Amino acid sequence: MSVGAIELHGVFKSFGRITAVDGLDLEVPAGICLGLLGPNGAGKSTTMRLLTGQAIADRGEIEVLGHELPAEAKAARAEMGVVPQLDNLDVDVTVEDNLAVFARLYRVPDVKAAVERGLDLARLQGRRRDAVDELSGGMRRRLLLARGLLHRPRLMLLDEPTVGLDPQIRTQLWSLIDGLRTEGTTILMSTHYIEEAERLADEVAVMAAGKIIARGRPAELIAEHAGQQTAEVYGPPQRLAEARATAEAQGLAVRPAGPAIAIVGAERARDGAVPEEAIRRAASLEDVFVLLTGEEAE
Amino acid sequence: MSGHPAEAEAMSIRRLDPAAITGVMSREVANFRTFWKATTFSSVLEPVVYLLAFGLGLGATVVNRVDGLEYVEFVGTGMVATAVIFSSALPAMFGTFVKERFQRTYDAILAAPVDVEELVTGEMLWIGIRAGFYGCFPLLVTMIFGLDPAPGMLVVPAFCFFTALGFAAFGIAVAASVSKIDQFNYVTTLVITPLFLVAGTFFPIDGLPEGLQVVAQVNPLHQLVELVRHACFGFEATDLIRIAVLVAFAVVMWRIAVRRMSTRLID
Repeated sequence: MSVGAIELHGVFKSFGRITAVDGLDLEVPAGICLGLLGPNGAGKSTTMRLLTGQAIADRGEIEVLGHELPAEAKAARAEMGVVPQLDNLDVDVTVEDNLAVFARLYRVPDVKAAVERGLDLARLQGRRRDAVDELSGGMRRRLLLARGLLHRPRLMLLDEPTVGLDPQIRTQLWSLIDGLRTEGTTILMSTHYIEEAERLADEVAVMAAGKIIARGRPAELIAEHAGQQTAEVYGPPQRLAEARATAEAQGLAVRPAGPAIAIVGAERARDGAVPEEAIRRAASLEDVFVLLTGEEAE
Repeated sequence: MSGHPAEAEAMSIRRLDPAAITGVMSREVANFRTFWKATTFSSVLEPVVYLLAFGLGLGATVVNRVDGLEYVEFVGTGMVATAVIFSSALPAMFGTFVKERFQRTYDAILAAPVDVEELVTGEMLWIGIRAGFYGCFPLLVTMIFGLDPAPGMLVVPAFCFFTALGFAAFGIAVAASVSKIDQFNYVTTLVITPLFLVAGTFFPIDGLPEGLQVVAQVNPLHQLVELVRHACFGFEATDLIRIAVLVAFAVVMWRIAVRRMSTRLID
């Protein structure tokens, strides 16, 4: 039986009149990578802060690695690593000093060895005495990831780990995260990049308006919500409007897809509901995301 | 890299864990190494300028002796308090605000097993140590201008340290209470400058109106000024009360700072 690394039950969190987390129930078994997928403002970052004790729930129960939060937040943080959405490295300080400070904060017994391990992981051995300010964006993200791993945590919280990075650097980070998953670290990764969730997550939870609205393995979610096939129709606005009306008349879901429309579940279409010129492709997690959240994916 | 819980479980999760506090201080030290030259330069030069302007300028032309001291000695010993407040309250105010708002440093620290109380305590202690050191510079400069060394001077760093703890906590609490950095102007104008002026640094407070004398007596900076002068020229029994006032000020401000920062940093 798997042991829950993270358990949230009926969690609410409001900021004034804005409800960021609205009765959230979420369980993350140990040893998996769960992708928390949702549009901006869905409540992903607030959920992450609730899990570190940097936000206190108005209601509900939170348990992380067997520790009840917020009372035992410090003990929970000792066993988890966090990679924040926004870079919060000390920019004037050297790479190795950034790591050494956090090795001390995490009470790692052998600070020197932890720094070397961090430098290896971030592949920054050659830049160890450079100020962080001199590093590229990708190097800084690798350093942030290494900083969160100095104490060999059982759980990693990755909050939009590759946001704003170019595709090549994103791929480098994905391989680092994939390595962690392979070694058995539990990972909760919030993202609004569909491809990131598809590539890394064992399971995906789609979050919108502070709640989980769907959860499962990517293939299961696709089969359940988007069927097998999606047809993309391109053309002038009037043509797109006609195609949408015909498809919707047959009960098919239609979503915007940039300059086109995407008819989801196209394999069920009858009597020309999908125009001949439409491009058919396998249904994707992006179709699920847009259908469920009503937001364009990235 | 995963699955080594023993390393984490071995650590202490107690309140005010020294390892957490020294960890926070080690971050400050790492940063300080990048700007210590500029800070030291201004800490040395500033008292020299003040002593030239007030001690020698005013002292040679208008005032010769005050309370039985050469004016340059009077100002030089008083300047210790000025150095302490400017190297504690102001760095705490601006540093805390910048780290919280712009650098997001506290988000990083509080994601580690460190709580707000340890964070505030570590930052206060570091500022206290720094100000304890820089607070002695005016005294050293005044010696060049003729102040005789005295054994009591050896405890001046400790007086500076305790005073700086209180003002560091004051600065942290202020930073945690304002929404814009411009609002520090109100604090410097309405609080820091008056405290600095009624500390007895440049003139004895017994010449002030009675109301201001009362304010001066509860001003921690005035207590520090008196303690430093007595350390140089002979302690008095009432100095124990002055030390108690400084310690009480530090403790009260510490609790206020922890409270304000908790409100600010924990949603």
